[in-house]
Amino acid sequence: MQLGKLQRWLRGLTLSQVLIWGMPLWALIVAFLLGSAVIAGAGADPVKAYSALFRGAVGNRGLISTTLVKSIPLMLTGLAIVLSFRASVFNIGAEGQIYMGALFAVWAGINLPLPAGLHLVAALLWGMFGGLLWSAIAGYLKATRGFNEVVVTIFMNYIAIAFISYLVHGPMRESGWNFQTRAVADTAKLPVILPKTDLHLGLVIALAMAAVVYILLFHTTLGYQLRMVGYNAEAARYAGIKVTRITVISLALSGALAGLAGAVEITGVQYRLLEGFSPGWGFDAIAVALVGQLHPVGTLLAALFFGALRTGANSMQTAVGLPVVVVYVIQGLTVMFMVAGAAIQGYRVRRVAPPKPEAVDARDAASVVVVE
Amino acid sequence: MLETLLQLLWSSDLIYATLRLTTPLLFAALGGLMCERAGVLNIGLEGLMLGGALTAYLVALKTGSPWLGLLAGALAGLVTALLFAVVAVTFRANQIVSAVGLNILMLGLTGVALRAVVGLSSGQNAAPTIPIWNIPGLGDLPGLGPVLFRHLPLVYLVFILVGVVAFIFYRTTWGLAIRAVGEHPRAAETVGINVIQVRYLTLLWSGFMAGVGGALLSVGYLNTFQEGMTAGRGFIAFSAIIFGRWTPLGTMLASLLFGFADALQLRIQAFGAPIPYQFLVMLPYVVTLLALFGAGRSQSPAASGAPYAPGEA
Repeated sequence: MQLGKLQRWLRGLTLSQVLIWGMPLWALIVAFLLGSAVIAGAGADPVKAYSALFRGAVGNRGLISTTLVKSIPLMLTGLAIVLSFRASVFNIGAEGQIYMGALFAVWAGINLPLPAGLHLVAALLWGMFGGLLWSAIAGYLKATRGFNEVVVTIFMNYIAIAFISYLVHGPMRESGWNFQTRAVADTAKLPVILPKTDLHLGLVIALAMAAVVYILLFHTTLGYQLRMVGYNAEAARYAGIKVTRITVISLALSGALAGLAGAVEITGVQYRLLEGFSPGWGFDAIAVALVGQLHPVGTLLAALFFGALRTGANSMQTAVGLPVVVVYVIQGLTVMFMVAGAAIQGYRVRRVAPPKPEAVDARDAASVVVVE
Repeated sequence: MLETLLQLLWSSDLIYATLRLTTPLLFAALGGLMCERAGVLNIGLEGLMLGGALTAYLVALKTGSPWLGLLAGALAGLVTALLFAVVAVTFRANQIVSAVGLNILMLGLTGVALRAVVGLSSGQNAAPTIPIWNIPGLGDLPGLGPVLFRHLPLVYLVFILVGVVAFIFYRTTWGLAIRAVGEHPRAAETVGINVIQVRYLTLLWSGFMAGVGGALLSVGYLNTFQEGMTAGRGFIAFSAIIFGRWTPLGTMLASLLFGFADALQLRIQAFGAPIPYQFLVMLPYVVTLLALFGAGRSQSPAASGAPYAPGEA
């Protein structure tokens, strides 16, 4: 009976529905095809390159756990991006928020005299607070001065990275060592959850946060308001939503999650803070969140995918001599096809949607009537 | 210490370096200004500059002509901007998001292309560079001569272009059309302006200019290309437009401020002054934020960032 239902449902699918629901998949396929042209252009065999990429990412237990470990910061930061982009707040500053989260976490991990367990929780919370503090500056400037959050968050990235560079060269530098801080205490380290691998509890934290973000977005009033502001700020204002307040909240929550990503990386993997701590997760996460259709579950899957790409790229480099940056080509193409695809999807919908309240004129009214 | 600082501020090197470091930023910013006034936010300047830098380097290396390299860099920027225009204007994708994608893509493409053409040892493949132009007569003036009149020709060009862009904006129908499209595209369309065409043309211009700015880095100041060598200059150019309140003069002043801060930072590092250099790296951003804060609300073009669907009638 179930099977019959499925068959009917499948037959009922129109071509455009297939195109729309499969959009992330289509974007990936096209990106990989174009990527193979780039690989061939660079003088390597695309089939060999991709198979090396695949084997390098999930070839054995150790590689799978590496892929997972590399996915964790992308998952958490991707969720941070979801929270802000859903409200049409373009937080480009996750990178700086990750750094500030890592800074606060490493400070707490070194200095707070707390028992095991509690110490770890404190370090993670401190990390969240650090990220929140950093994004709140951008939120405050946007709310009170109408600053473009894109510019402010980009600036805050540079400031955070320079500030941390200063700290690890100066006041927080571990004596006699390279430019890095001391390691956090053992009481502030995330436990390994899969024996004989590096896979740590951060994975569980990331999954839990995805659930939190899901519930927040789709099952709370705040989440509803957030999405409404993102969809149409003007309409939201008409409906009595305090748009500025929602904007600031979404940016603050986003910063807290990015800060948590930094804190988890400190307490789970690196234990100490150093210059160049993040390889650009804050920017990669934007791609991750978009490929995940700004949905928590999609974001988790996309983070896994990009984590696998990064892990596999190393094997690809040794196997066929392609530089690791090839994955950036695939990643960049995926993002562009995703947004273009999403926009094409909205094409029909937008044409028949009623015009914005302030833009009603004869032409708008005509276009609504003409199209359908 | 104060004396050292004063000495530093007065040094002619600093003025020279400021002009030199401002120029690539200002090229990209003047390009971006045009499309931003037409309502297209262009954070893709970073990727466009990077593409220009690499193409200029490779072409200069292969042809032996830095000028051909420069031209190729500009055209590379233009072609890349065309791709951005198709996604962001025709398909009406979110401008910020697609530009982020473009930047990632260009970081990857330039990295792959560099290895494919010159291999891992790009350091040993020095490309010819654009020569300094010692303006006859002026370049030998005592004092000011070497500071102001011994630059790359493009340094002078970019400051002339500030005037040209201002003239186009405020004294020509083109400029009026561009501003109208950025403020109220539907109104612009009803008076017969082709909104899509204006946005395409201004984006292509921004690509061309960012390409020149990037090319300056690789075949103007250096003779090589390094992965990610634009190092955020595209973002800074983008910020200079906003800090400059979407005017040519303001954009120029903002670019000069960033160029100055960068020059000062390098100089103080070289002098070994007792200020951690990281604070100087932060300086332009902190100064800008404070300046913006003091300046109060700034008014962006009304239709900024909004994709436009032409009317059906």
